[in-house]
Amino acid sequence: MEYLLMFIAAVFVNNIVLSQFLGICPFLGVSKKVSTALGMAGAVAFVLVLATIVTYLANACILVPFGLEYLRTITFILIIAALVQMVEIVLKKVSPALYQALGVFLPLITTNCCILGVAILVIQKDYNLLESVVYAFSNAIGFGFALVLFAGLREQIEFSETPKAMKGMPIALVTAGILAMAFMGFSGLVK
Amino acid sequence: MNNNLKILLNGLIKENPTFVLLLGMCPTLGTTSSAINGMSMGLATTFVLICSNIVISLIKNLVPDKVRIPAYIVVIAAFVTMVEMIMQAYVPALYASLGLFIPLIVVNCIVLGRAEAFAAKNSVVPSMFDGLGIGLGFTLALTLLGSIRELLGTGKIFDFAIYPESYGMLLFVLAPGAFIALGFLIAIVNKLRKS
Amino acid sequence: MAKLESSLKNMLLSLTAIALIAASLMASLYRVTSEPIQKSKEQKSVDAIKAVLPAFDKIENDTANGLNIFKAYKADGQFVGAAVESLSKNGFGGEIKVMVGFDAQGCITEYSVLEQKETPGLGTKMVTWFRPQTEKKKSLLETIFHYEVKTPEKQSSIIGKNPAVNKMTVSKDGGEIDAITASTISSRAFLESVRTAYNAYAAANNQKPTDANSGATQTTEGNNNEQ
Repeated sequence: MEYLLMFIAAVFVNNIVLSQFLGICPFLGVSKKVSTALGMAGAVAFVLVLATIVTYLANACILVPFGLEYLRTITFILIIAALVQMVEIVLKKVSPALYQALGVFLPLITTNCCILGVAILVIQKDYNLLESVVYAFSNAIGFGFALVLFAGLREQIEFSETPKAMKGMPIALVTAGILAMAFMGFSGLVK
Repeated sequence: MNNNLKILLNGLIKENPTFVLLLGMCPTLGTTSSAINGMSMGLATTFVLICSNIVISLIKNLVPDKVRIPAYIVVIAAFVTMVEMIMQAYVPALYASLGLFIPLIVVNCIVLGRAEAFAAKNSVVPSMFDGLGIGLGFTLALTLLGSIRELLGTGKIFDFAIYPESYGMLLFVLAPGAFIALGFLIAIVNKLRKS
Repeated sequence: MAKLESSLKNMLLSLTAIALIAASLMASLYRVTSEPIQKSKEQKSVDAIKAVLPAFDKIENDTANGLNIFKAYKADGQFVGAAVESLSKNGFGGEIKVMVGFDAQGCITEYSVLEQKETPGLGTKMVTWFRPQTEKKKSLLETIFHYEVKTPEKQSSIIGKNPAVNKMTVSKDGGEIDAITASTISSRAFLESVRTAYNAYAAANNQKPTDANSGATQTTEGNNNEQ
C-alpha cells in the first residue's frame, strides 16, 4: 500500500517533469512524435532504475563507509555515463531488436538530469534499497507518461495554425504549462 | 581584444543559451521562482563554465580523443562539487533554496556543450571569454525570467514590493507559470530577432 | 604541442591523472570548507534558539521523545523556558524542521522554521504566517497612489498559546488556528511539528501533553486544495 501511494505520488502529484522540472531537455527535445517519445520513455525507464540501484549501492558501500560523501556528484555522473555505455554495448550484442528501438536515445540519456536527479534525491530522502527502486521506477513511469501525453498534444499542434513567433518551442512550452496545470489537479490525491 | 569582446557578446546575445540555443532548460525552469534565485543559479553556472572552459582548453592536447567526454565530465563535476561546497559553507540559505539544482549543473548541456564546441578547439583566453559570455547570457535569461515570475506571482522584484501581494497571480510562481512565462519570453525574443 | 593519440596507455594515463588531480583538489577544498559548513549549521541552531526564547543566561541540553531540547535558565538558576527542535514528515514537499520556544508555563513564545521544502508562495508562508500580523510594508504602487489594499486573508497567531489548553490544529479539523490560504497540508504539518515539540517539552518538564495530537492524521473531505 505504501509503495502504491509512493507510485501515485511520483506519477501524478509530484510528476518529475511537470512539477519538479527534471528531464526537461528530452521532454522538449524528443516529443514531436508519439513513437519516438515511447522509445525515449523506455530507454529512460531502463537506465533510471538500473542507475539508481548502482548509485545507491556505490553510495552505501563505498562513499559513506569511507566518509567520501563530497565525491558523490562526480562518482554518480561517472557511474551513469559508464552504465549508459555498457547498456548500449550489451544491448547491441544481446538484443539487436531492442537496440534498434532504444539505441539512438541512449547517448542522450547521460545528460538527462532526471537520472542524476533521482539518484541524488533517493539519497537525500534516506530511502532504503527497495524504496529507492520503487521510487525510481515510479518516476520513470511518470516521465514516460508526461512525455507521451505531451507528444500527443504536439502532434495535434502541428496541424493547427500558430502565430509565427510562437512556432516551435514557445507554443510547446505554453502547452507544457497547461499540461502542468492539469497535473496540479492531482495534488492532494495522496496525503 | 576586439575578438574577445566579440566572443563575449556572441554568448550574451547572438547565441544566448536560453533564448536562442534553447539549452539548459531544467535549471531555467526549476530555479526561477524568484529573481534572486535565478540570478544566483546563473552565477554559479557561470563560475563552472569559466573554470571548466579554461581547464579544458589547457588540457585539450593531453587528452586522447576517445576518452575526451569522460575526462571533460570529471573536470566539470570537480568544479560543480567545489561550487557546492563553497556555497554550503558561506551562503547556506541560498544553497538550501537552490537545492538539487546545484549538483545538477554537471548535466547542464550548456557546460559540456561549450567544452566540446568551443574550449576543445580554442586557446585559453578566448575560451575564458566564451565561458564568461555564455554564462552571463544564461544569468541574464534566468534573472529576467525570475523577475517576471516574481513580479507576476507576488508583486515583487528582488523582494522589493511593486504592487500588493494579494493581487499577484500565484500560478506564475508555481510550475505551470514557469513553462508559460518562458514560452512567451522566447516568443518575444523570436519576434525581436526577426525584425 | 601535438595531440596525444588514442592508445590504451595514453587513455589510461590521462584519465587517471585527471581523476587523481580532481579528487585531491576536492579533498583539500573539503578540508577547508568542512569547518565553516559545520559552523554555519551550528550557528543556525544557536541563532534559532536565541530568537525563540526570552532573555536567558545559560542553556542546558536535554532530550525527550527523541527530540533535542534546549532549556534556558537565568544566571540565578531560574527556569525561563525551553526551545525544542521538532519536525514533521507530513509537509507537502517533505520534512519540515522547526525550533519552537516555550516559556516556563508552556506557552509558545516564538518559533523559527529551520528547514522546509514547501511550495514557494504557498506553504513557504509558514515562516511568518503563524505570528501576529505586523504592520505591512507598503508596495511601490500603494505608496505612489496613497492607497492601501486590505488583505482578506484570515490569519491567527500561535504565539502566546499553550498547546495543553488551546487546540493546536487547523480550523478545518476543529482547531483554533487558521490554515495558510490554499496550503492546508503544509499548515497541518507545521502544527503537527509544534504539537510534537510541546509534547517533548511537557515530557521533559512533567506537564500535561496536548490531547489534539490526532489532528494531523485526520482528513476531512474536500480539503485537498494545496498548490
